[in-house]
Amino acid sequence: MFPFLKKEFLHILRDRRTLMILFGMPVAQVLLFGFVLNNEIKDAPIAVLDPAGDYASVTLTNKLVASGYFHIETRLGDAGAIEPEFRKGRIRMALVFPPDFGRALAHEGYATVQLIGDAGDPNTANALINYAQAIIADYQTAYNQGTGAPVGITASTRMQYNPEQKAVFNFVPGVMTMILMLIAAMMTSITLAREKELGTMEVLLVSPLRPIQILLGKTIPYLLLSMLNAVIVVLLGIFVFGMPMRGSVALLAAECFLYMFVSLALGIFISTRAKDQMTAMFFSALGLLMPTMLLSGFIFPRESMPWVLQKIGMAIPATWFNPIIKGIMIKGVGLEALATQTMVLGGMAVFLLALSLKNFKDRL
Amino acid sequence: MPVLFFLIQKEFLQIFRNRIMLPLLLIMPVFQTVLLSFAANYEIKNLAIAVTDHDRSATSRALIRKFTASGYFRLAALPADAKSAEAELATDRADLLLEIPPQMERDFVREKRATIRITANAINAVKAGMAIGYAGNMLRDFNQELLAGSPAAAPARIEIAYSNWYNPRLDYKTFMVPGILGLIVSMIICFLTALNIVREREIGTIEQMNVTPAPKWTFILGKLIPFWLLSLVMMAVGLTVGRLLFDIPMEGSLGLVFLYTLFFTPCMLGLGFLISNFSDTQQQGMFTAWFFLVICILMSGLFTPLESMPDWAQWMNLLNPIRYFVEFMRLVLLKGAGFEDIRHNFLSVLTYAVLVNSLAVATYQKRVS
Repeated sequence: MFPFLKKEFLHILRDRRTLMILFGMPVAQVLLFGFVLNNEIKDAPIAVLDPAGDYASVTLTNKLVASGYFHIETRLGDAGAIEPEFRKGRIRMALVFPPDFGRALAHEGYATVQLIGDAGDPNTANALINYAQAIIADYQTAYNQGTGAPVGITASTRMQYNPEQKAVFNFVPGVMTMILMLIAAMMTSITLAREKELGTMEVLLVSPLRPIQILLGKTIPYLLLSMLNAVIVVLLGIFVFGMPMRGSVALLAAECFLYMFVSLALGIFISTRAKDQMTAMFFSALGLLMPTMLLSGFIFPRESMPWVLQKIGMAIPATWFNPIIKGIMIKGVGLEALATQTMVLGGMAVFLLALSLKNFKDRL
Repeated sequence: MPVLFFLIQKEFLQIFRNRIMLPLLLIMPVFQTVLLSFAANYEIKNLAIAVTDHDRSATSRALIRKFTASGYFRLAALPADAKSAEAELATDRADLLLEIPPQMERDFVREKRATIRITANAINAVKAGMAIGYAGNMLRDFNQELLAGSPAAAPARIEIAYSNWYNPRLDYKTFMVPGILGLIVSMIICFLTALNIVREREIGTIEQMNVTPAPKWTFILGKLIPFWLLSLVMMAVGLTVGRLLFDIPMEGSLGLVFLYTLFFTPCMLGLGFLISNFSDTQQQGMFTAWFFLVICILMSGLFTPLESMPDWAQWMNLLNPIRYFVEFMRLVLLKGAGFEDIRHNFLSVLTYAVLVNSLAVATYQKRVS
């Protein structure tokens, strides 16, 4: 058993390039997510059509720019000029004032401003219009404050757990679910498929090693590698991006271990089905990684997905692991708040392991 | 030339013979497109909201109804005090807390002003920002309804009329599908090329090819041409599915789409070829391909807008082929851009294809000799 384990480790350590990628990938992804990928909107280019040019319209425009969400790419003279700007992709939104904006607001107590979004990108258009509406509403409240008109019900808002609204608080746990799945499930399924493809699996099977020992020998190295990767990602999150670590480190480590166990079991299961590396790869990439990225709620909110996808999402380990990481690191909750998630993951581990062990034996 | 023909025939035979590979190649893009298009939605609906109502008046009940009837929020719990409300947030049973102070109605009647408290779980900052934005809009509407009957001087009001061009119903699928299609075609082609060539090296059959009288370029072309043709088939399947299932707009010319694909695919072929030159095993090739593709995909502008990336990332993105494809698909299919509009993009892709393939051939020759 030990010589076999040693051989597997040597295989991995000798392949410098794969090793580099194994450790380079999480670092690159966390950095990418932290610094580059931002669905938070900043400095979106807009066009302003302001034939009024009066005090009210200029103040409102300045308020929009001062928010940091918008910057004025161009000022247009007539409405016909808006369309070409959109087509060239130069602007994301157009702000159109009527010719008598300030006068109408002061004398009639009512004025209209038009926002045109480039809904070719509905996500951005929706967010931009949402932000602009909020800013205009603020302006309206401020405008009325001087006139003594009633204010109505207002809200004081608080951003719990993430007052600075950093995107990494969401991305670091997400990247972790992805990386651990990638290494544990994909690598395992591929090494096992490789032995099959090259024919060396037969050699292993006729050796005195028992099937369970072969599986352990194949998976333990990747379990340790994934653990190391988890540590790197968590450290990057804490020291580079200022993520908190409010809960228990030991609990986080234990939960990571459980999640990796599920991923490894998935990897073994795939390898019992695939007969060569390419098939194993496509299965794990498209069947595991993409759903993990898309359905676990890491990038897109799960609440707004269609019912079927929400249900499919519940079969993905990451859907349960993601709230665990967030709960421990950011909210600082203990095991009692995460009991459901932990139990589901545990159930998945047992089920998958039993299934793949059975499959693995059947093939003998 | 006949040698090349046989090699291509051999590749096709191998592709068709693999019982798992072919269905994967045809079904996976369709599956992915469907999955992505339904999932890739930043819109916030059905957010779980927990309300602590200390006022218990007609106004507070009307306010809660206003929130829950909107479709953006659903009432998840009615905690009695702040402590149990916090617990709802901590266990993810609620995304948003709404706290209505005692005597809100009285304050409102007397002074025409009152303040409620909203707390959002901001771990996903974008989601929280949108939720608070929706809540603000709802409050504004609610105020307008409440103050409509008030005898006091009506406040000045700025009416916001907004329209969404190119996609008036804000249908996320029409936005995502063209981009996703570009992404999936590029991804699969790059993987297949890289792994296919590395496989020959790993198994050792590449040596056999090298000692045959067939010149090296026929071997390379024999590998690349089948995948080149396959990309057109995948594109056609993808467009058909997109049209039938999602009714994606096709404002621009389909001929242009296929012509572009024909010139774009060599970028991904070249990239896959290049990766294969630096790998000895399929595992290596796969991980190298994953490493670069994941970065290219995430930075392609499909999920997050390009302009919200920092400048250095936008410069780096000039080397990201997928970015060009996604941009092209959106411009042509959604906005009906013609050749003139995308000429710059087209020329970039052409240059890219020539450069990456020259590099791949150069490294291949070095490796062989």
